[in-house]
Amino acid sequence: MPQGAIEIENLSKEYPFGFLHLKRKKSLEDLTMRVEDGEVFGFLGPNGAGKSTTIKLLMRLIFPSAGTARILGKSIEDVSMHNSIGYLPEQPYFYDYLTAQEVLDYFARFHGLTAGDRAARVQAMLKKVGLDTAKKIQLRKYSKGMLQRVGLAQAILHDPQVVVLDEPMSGLDPLGRREVRDIILELKREGRTVLFSTHVLSDAEMLCDRVGVIVGGRLRGTGAPAELVDVKAQGMEILFELSGAAGNLPLLAQATRTGERYRVQLPETELYAALDALKAAGARIMSVAQIKPTLEEYFMHLVEADRAQASAVEVSGK
Amino acid sequence: MRNIQTVAANTFREAVRDRVLYNLVFFALLMMGAAILVGQISIGIEQDMIVSLGLTAISAVGILIAVFLGVALVSKEMDKRTLYALLAKPVRRWEFLLGKFLGLVMTLTVNTAAMAAGLYLALWTVKHPLLKSDAYILVAVYLILLKLALIVALALLFSCFTTPFLAILFSAGIYVAGLFAADLRTVHGVDLDPGTLRLMRGISYLLPNFQNFNVMGAVVHGRGVPGVFIWQATLYALLYIAIVLTGAAVVFSRRNLK
Repeated sequence: MPQGAIEIENLSKEYPFGFLHLKRKKSLEDLTMRVEDGEVFGFLGPNGAGKSTTIKLLMRLIFPSAGTARILGKSIEDVSMHNSIGYLPEQPYFYDYLTAQEVLDYFARFHGLTAGDRAARVQAMLKKVGLDTAKKIQLRKYSKGMLQRVGLAQAILHDPQVVVLDEPMSGLDPLGRREVRDIILELKREGRTVLFSTHVLSDAEMLCDRVGVIVGGRLRGTGAPAELVDVKAQGMEILFELSGAAGNLPLLAQATRTGERYRVQLPETELYAALDALKAAGARIMSVAQIKPTLEEYFMHLVEADRAQASAVEVSGK
Repeated sequence: MRNIQTVAANTFREAVRDRVLYNLVFFALLMMGAAILVGQISIGIEQDMIVSLGLTAISAVGILIAVFLGVALVSKEMDKRTLYALLAKPVRRWEFLLGKFLGLVMTLTVNTAAMAAGLYLALWTVKHPLLKSDAYILVAVYLILLKLALIVALALLFSCFTTPFLAILFSAGIYVAGLFAADLRTVHGVDLDPGTLRLMRGISYLLPNFQNFNVMGAVVHGRGVPGVFIWQATLYALLYIAIVLTGAAVVFSRRNLK
């Protein structure tokens, strides 16, 4: 099996809590997953599910209770690995007494770039994230969205092979979100591997080759967004216009009406009969589409199952 | 080495931009006021008064900066999470700690040197020309700087495993206890059992002996400080700092950042 960009094996994290720290809470349980080279992988989960914990473990900001992980074949304990990875922390915060240009130059120094290379890279990154005109302003005057852009710039400053972004869209306005999406797609086009966490499912659907869904500290499923949801079982939707007397078309009983426009959902087996009936009644067919369950529905299903399980354990006292 | 230098330079820049060096204005005003006042009220001992007041102020201001900024070196970075992006770079945690330490020592060196210059200026206003023996003030300033570096190392160690408030308390507590380390060693005439005396003696050797850096009495009266005393104090400070920073690095290298 070829080497994955990120390989995680049985990674667990427990935190002590309570008086004298005698009790322990599991925030990540036995996580095993792989992110392939060159793919965009979305790490999905509600708040507190274990997304940031996993990412912090990979970055060695916290240490695992059990398990191992490798990035580009190197153990995460190997500091040299950090030359090939970029990381955007959740709600990033940087030295507010520095300007954007200074903070990027500061981070670039750790990658051993020459003064000329540093200046060129910093300038290119500032332009890429749209901070070129604000580069000489101290970060204490930056908005949350602007700080997020600085965070993104420092993450990709040194041309990393693997980019790990913790909630990269957080705090951004629609324009900013779009710019971040474009940057992620550009990273993918350049052949880089991107792992990003989010709880915004539309972002994941739009960007990811594969996603992993984590709920309650446990990975509940991985795969392409389309694989995770069962397309076949969901049926079809017809959008049509019908003016004047509709006659006694039985289909209308189950349709939703907006003005002269109707929307009806039905099993795939009844599609052609319904289309014939509509045609005979003089309806104008606007569109026929498969009803795709969204990733959100899949996600909500997992979250609710987890909550049901948690409350069942609570009731039974186990 | 490059990483340590980068962190140290940024720590110094932070102190300058956060206006830490503004304390020098306070010091300059104090020295000017003292020079004017002392010239009027003390006849014949102006120099002693100026030197004593100046060295005490250099030490006191330095201790405040060393304790408060020393504790903030790491705790502020963890609290504000500025450390997250940095530790994701190819930087070892001990390199970060050492860089922060050296950055603050650099700040204290500039601060102390500027205050020493202010002290000489104040001295010059009450007595000129300055004498050769006045150069001993520099020895006292150097030893104060060693003391401050040791305090920074202790503050850094405490901030690696406890809250900033407790770290400040511990650092200040160790400093005060360290002033009496020599006294603990030579306690006699007190009705204590031998076990307690042995314990006190043991503690006295563990505590940093801050009296090793105090030559104010001699310098104020224009007496010299033996070279061997300076060397011993230097070696003592360097060794103690190395041990404390190693401890800090061990603790910090396994610390989970939340």
